[in-house]
Amino acid sequence: MKSLRILWRYMSNNRLLYLGAILSVALAALASISGPLVIRITIDSVIGDAPVAAPPLIRSFVEGIGQRFWVPGIVLIVITTFRGLFMFLRGRLSAQASESIAKNIRDRIYDHIQRLPYKYHKEADTGDLMQRCTSDIDTIRRFLGVQLVEVGNGLSLLLLIATIMFRADRRMALISMAMVPILFTFAVVFFRKVKEAFRETDETEAQLTSVLQENLTGIRVVRAFHNQDYEIKRFTAKNEVHRDKVYRLIWLLACYWSSSDLLAFSQIGLTLVAGAYFTSRGELSIGTLVLFTSYTGMLVWPVRHLGRILTDMGKALVAAERLEEVFAQPQEVLFENHEQPPIRGHVVFENVSFGYEPGQPVLKNVSFTVLPGQTVGILGHTGSGKSSLVQLLARLYDYDQGSIKVDGVELKNIDKRWIRRNVAVVPQEPFLFAKTIRENVTLARGEVPDEELYAVCKEAAIHDVVLSFEQGYETLVGERGVSLSGGQKQRVAIARALITQSPILIFDDSLSAVDTETELAIRNALKKRAQKATTFLISHRVSSLSSADLILVLEDGEIVERGTHTELMEQNGTYRRIWDIQNRLEAELAAQEEGE
Amino acid sequence: MQPEWQEEVYAEKIDVGLWRQILRLARPYRRYIGWAIVSTVALAVGDAAFPYMTKIALDRFVIPQNTQGLGWFAAAYAGLVVFQSFNIYLFISMAGKVESGLTYTIRNEGFVHLHRLSFSFYDKRATGWLLARLTSDANRLGEIVSWSLIDLLWGAAAMLLYVVAMLVLNWRLALLTMAVIPPLAVASIYFQRQILRSYREVRRLNSRITGAFSEGIMGATTTKILSREEKNLEEFADLTRSHRAMSIRAATFSALFMPIVLVLSSVGTALTLWRGGTGVAFGTISYGVLAAFISYAGQFFDPVREIARIFAELQMAHAAAERVMGLLNTVPEIQDRPGLRNDWPKLRGAIRFENVSFAYNPQEPVLENFNLEVQPGQVVALVGETGSGKSTIVNLVCRFYEPTQGRILIDGVDYRERPLAWLQSNLGCVLQNPHLFSGTIRENIRYGKLTATDEEVERAAKLVNAHDFIMRLPMGYDTEVGEGGGLLSTGQKQLISFARAILADPAIFILDEATSSIDTETEQLIQKAMETVLKGRTSFVIAHRLSTVRFADLILVIRDGRVLEQGTHEELLKARGYYYRLYTNQFLAD
Repeated sequence: MKSLRILWRYMSNNRLLYLGAILSVALAALASISGPLVIRITIDSVIGDAPVAAPPLIRSFVEGIGQRFWVPGIVLIVITTFRGLFMFLRGRLSAQASESIAKNIRDRIYDHIQRLPYKYHKEADTGDLMQRCTSDIDTIRRFLGVQLVEVGNGLSLLLLIATIMFRADRRMALISMAMVPILFTFAVVFFRKVKEAFRETDETEAQLTSVLQENLTGIRVVRAFHNQDYEIKRFTAKNEVHRDKVYRLIWLLACYWSSSDLLAFSQIGLTLVAGAYFTSRGELSIGTLVLFTSYTGMLVWPVRHLGRILTDMGKALVAAERLEEVFAQPQEVLFENHEQPPIRGHVVFENVSFGYEPGQPVLKNVSFTVLPGQTVGILGHTGSGKSSLVQLLARLYDYDQGSIKVDGVELKNIDKRWIRRNVAVVPQEPFLFAKTIRENVTLARGEVPDEELYAVCKEAAIHDVVLSFEQGYETLVGERGVSLSGGQKQRVAIARALITQSPILIFDDSLSAVDTETELAIRNALKKRAQKATTFLISHRVSSLSSADLILVLEDGEIVERGTHTELMEQNGTYRRIWDIQNRLEAELAAQEEGE
Repeated sequence: MQPEWQEEVYAEKIDVGLWRQILRLARPYRRYIGWAIVSTVALAVGDAAFPYMTKIALDRFVIPQNTQGLGWFAAAYAGLVVFQSFNIYLFISMAGKVESGLTYTIRNEGFVHLHRLSFSFYDKRATGWLLARLTSDANRLGEIVSWSLIDLLWGAAAMLLYVVAMLVLNWRLALLTMAVIPPLAVASIYFQRQILRSYREVRRLNSRITGAFSEGIMGATTTKILSREEKNLEEFADLTRSHRAMSIRAATFSALFMPIVLVLSSVGTALTLWRGGTGVAFGTISYGVLAAFISYAGQFFDPVREIARIFAELQMAHAAAERVMGLLNTVPEIQDRPGLRNDWPKLRGAIRFENVSFAYNPQEPVLENFNLEVQPGQVVALVGETGSGKSTIVNLVCRFYEPTQGRILIDGVDYRERPLAWLQSNLGCVLQNPHLFSGTIRENIRYGKLTATDEEVERAAKLVNAHDFIMRLPMGYDTEVGEGGGLLSTGQKQLISFARAILADPAIFILDEATSSIDTETEQLIQKAMETVLKGRTSFVIAHRLSTVRFADLILVIRDGRVLEQGTHEELLKARGYYYRLYTNQFLAD
C-alpha cells in the first residue's frame, strides 16, 4: 500500500491528464462495443423484420432506414471514427502524463544524487544506482503509461460487455463468459510462475556479457598467455547455458499461449455452438447470435492480457520502493546561511580529529599552520589519512574534533558552496566528462576567453597535446572521442582547477601519472603564477615535495614529522628513509664516479 | 556502465545478399525452420477457417432452424481449436529453437573471430561497440530471422487465404471488401516507418540519458568539487525535455495508427454490410456468407499491419546485420602462414630487429629503420615519454603487430615463418594496469598455466612475495578479486600478475611498469619480484621510474620513435645526455 501511495504522489500535477485518459478509455470501450450492436440490429431489424429492442429514438431511426442498407454502414463508420478518436486521445494523454511523470522523476533523482554527500558516493554501488535511475524509472513509466490504461481498458470492456450480454440473454451470457475466470486465473498464475524463468534468463545473459566484456578488456592478457582456446571454451559453455534458458523460456511461453488460445477459442466455439442451438430452436435471434460471437471475441483477448499486466504491475511497486530508498537519503546542505568570508589562503589546523566510522579515527590531533601562498607537501602510506586531510578542507567531510580556521573563520561556519568555490581539488584519478576538452577545462567557469584557456593549459603542460589533436580544444573526450592517457587526464584536471583562480589548490597525488620532466614544468609554472595560491601537494615522489615550505609526514593519521626538506633530512626519520630508497641509485652513482 | 552503442542507421532498401549470408548461419536450424513454416501455414489455414465455421453454423443450423448434425459441427469446431492450439505451440517453440540457436551461433562465431582478429582492429573500436555487436545486435538478428520472417510468412499466407476464401464465397462482394486494402497498406507502411523512426530517436535520447546518469553518478564528487550542480541539472533537464517531447511524438504516431487502420477497415465492413445486406434481403446472399464476410473484413487488417511492421523492422535491423556481418567478415591482419608446422623447439629468446619500420596509420610513422639485438636472457629497459614509441616496440616483439617494413628475427628466424602460438605461448606479460579476471586469486594466478596444481600456484606466489599479503586476506587464495580485479589495489594486482606470469615460465617477458599509486614499500616488494621473474629470461621493461632500471643490461632511451641513447645506466649517466637530464629531474626541484 505504501508503494501505491508513492506512485499516487508521483502522479501529482498530471492527475487531470490521467482522468482524461481514463475517460477516453471508457468511451473508446463504449464505442467499440457499439459496433456489434449496429450489426445485430442491421441483421435482425433492417435485413430481417424483428422488432427493435431499443429505446424509441433508435427504434424510429431503424424503422426509417427501410431498405437503405448503406445507412448502417455509415453509422458503423461514424461509431468507429469516434472509437478511433478516443483511442487516440487515450494514447496521447496517457503518454503525455506518463512521460511528464518520468521526466520529473528523472530530473529529481539526478539532482538528488548529485547533492548527496561525498560519503554516500564513496560507498555507493554505482551499478545498482544506475539500475534504479534507468530501468526502475522505466518500469514506472510503463506502468503509468501503458499498463494502468490497459487494465482500465480491460475492466471497462468486461463491465460493458457483461452488462449488455446479461440484458440481451442471461443464459447465453453465462455460457459466453464461462471460461473468462479460468482464462484470467491461468494467466495470473502462469506469469507469476514464469517470473523465475525470466530472472534466470536475465542472469545467464549477464554472465555471458561479463565473460565477453572481460575478454574484450583483457584481450592482451588472453593473447599473451595464448589462452584463446580456453576462453572460447568458457564462452561457449556460458553461451550454451544461456541458449537453453532462452529456449526454455520461449517453450514455456509456447505452452502458455497455446493452452490459453485453446481456452479462448473453446470459449468462442462454445458461444457459437450454444448460440446456434438456441437460434435454431427459435430462442435467439440471428443478430443476437452474431452479437454474442463478436463480444466473446472482444472479451477473451483482453482478459488473457490482463493476467500478464497484473503480474507486471508488481514490478512497478517494487521499483517505486527502490527509488524511494534513494530519495530517503539526506542531501547535503550547500547553503547554510553561514559566512562567506573573503578567502586568501591562511589555513590553521588545530587538534583536528576525524573518522569515517565512530571509534576508527583516520586523523588524530592534527595541527599545523599555512600562510597564504605557501606550499605544504604531504607524504604518507596509502591509508595514512593524507586524502582525508585535504578533503576536510573542501568540506567534503566535516571534522569531529578540533578546529580548522580559514582566514580566521571556523571552517564549519563557512558555506560549503563558498568554500568549494575557493578550494580547487585535483583528484588522483580525475573524472572527465564526455564533453570537449574546452568544456572539460572550463566546467567550473562557463565561458572563458581563449587566451585565458590557453594560458592555464600551458601551465598544466597540456596545451601542446591538445593542439596535436585534429580538432584541438573541440576534441571530444571519452569512448566516443579520444581516449586520453592517465597523465593527460591528470593534466586536464589540473588546468580545470587552475582556471578557477582559487586561492587554495589541492593536488591529491595528481601528478602521479605525469613523467618527471613534465611534472617539473608544471611545478615551475605554478611558481610563476602572479597570484600564488596556498597549495597542498600530496605525492609519493619525495623529490616532488622537497621544495615545499612545509612538509608533513603522516602515519596512521598522525603527523610524525614536520619541517622543510633540510630539517627533515636531518631528523633521520621516515622522510629521510624514503628519500634514501628513492635515491639509492644516485648515491651509488656518485660513489662510482668518485671512484673513477 | 557501458553506454549503449546502438547507432541505428535506417536502410531504405533491403539487401538480399546480406540476408542470404545470415540465413546461411541459420543452416544448422533448417529443420526447425521447416517445422515453423509448416505450422505457421497451418495456423493461417486455421485462422481462415474460423469465419467459415461461422458461415456453416448460420447457413446449416441457424437459418434452416435445424439442430441435426450440430454435434458433429461442435466436434469439428473442437477439432479445429485443438489443431490451432497445436499449431501455435509448434510455431512458437520452433521459432524459439531458431531464435535461441541462431543467436548462439552468431555469438559464438563472433567470439571465436574476435580472438583471431589483430590488435589493430581493437585499436579502432571501443569495447562498448564490440560488446554491442555480440549482445544487442546478435539478439536482434536472432529475433528477426526467427519471428519476423516467420510472421511475414504467416501474414502472406493468411492474406492469401482470406482473399481466396472471400473470392470463393462471393467474388463480387470480395472485390468490394478488398477495395480498402490499398489505402490500408499505404497507411500501414507510412505509419510503421514513422513509428519506428521516432522510437529510434527516443532510444537514442534514452541512451544519452543513461550516459548522463552514469556520468552524474561516477562524476558526482567532481561535480561537488567544481560546484557545478545547478549547471549539470540544467543540461540534464534539457536532455529529458527533448526526450519527453520525442516520446510523446512517438506515442502520438502509434496512437494515430490504430484508429486510422480501424476506420479504414470499418469502411470495408460498412461496404460489406451495405452490399451484403442488400444481397441477403434479395436472397442472393446467405446470412452465413454475410457473417463470414464481416469477420474477414475485420480480420483482414491483421496480416496487412503485420507485414508492414516486419518490413519496417527488417529495414531497421539491416544496420545490425551489416555490423555483425562486417565483424565476421573482417580478415585478421596477422595470421599464420598457411601450411606451417606446429612442432618447433622451445623458444630461447634471441631477438633481432632488422631495419624495422612501423606505423599505426600510414601518415604517422612511429618507428623508422629500427635496429636492435637482444641476447637470450638479457633485460632491456625502455625509457621515454608517453607516446614516444616504447609500447610499440613491445607490441612488435609480441607480434601483436607486425612491422610494416623490415623484419624481426626470433632465435634467428623471421617470426612470420613461425606460428603465432609458438611465440605467444612463450610470452609473459605484466601490464601497467594489470587486468585480472573476475574469480578468485588462485584462478587468476593459474591463468598463466591452466594445468598448474595448487602447490605450483602457491610456489609462484611465494616467488614474487605475493604469498604474505594473500594469506592476510580473509579468504586467502580463494578471495574473489572482483570485476577487473577491482577489489584489490593496483600494487596487489600487479603482484598477482607477476605470479601469473612466472607460472607460465615464459622465455620472453614483457613488463610495463606501474607508474604510480603504489607506496614505496609495496614498490620495493614489486621490485624484488621483478628481479626474480626476469632472471634468465629475455625481458623488455617499460620503465616509468628510473630507479627500477638499474639492473637492466641495456637501456634504450626512446624519443619520437627513435633510439636517442642506449647503454647501461652508468654509461648513460656519464654521457650526461637526455637520460641524465630525465634522471636528475626527479631529484632536483628547480
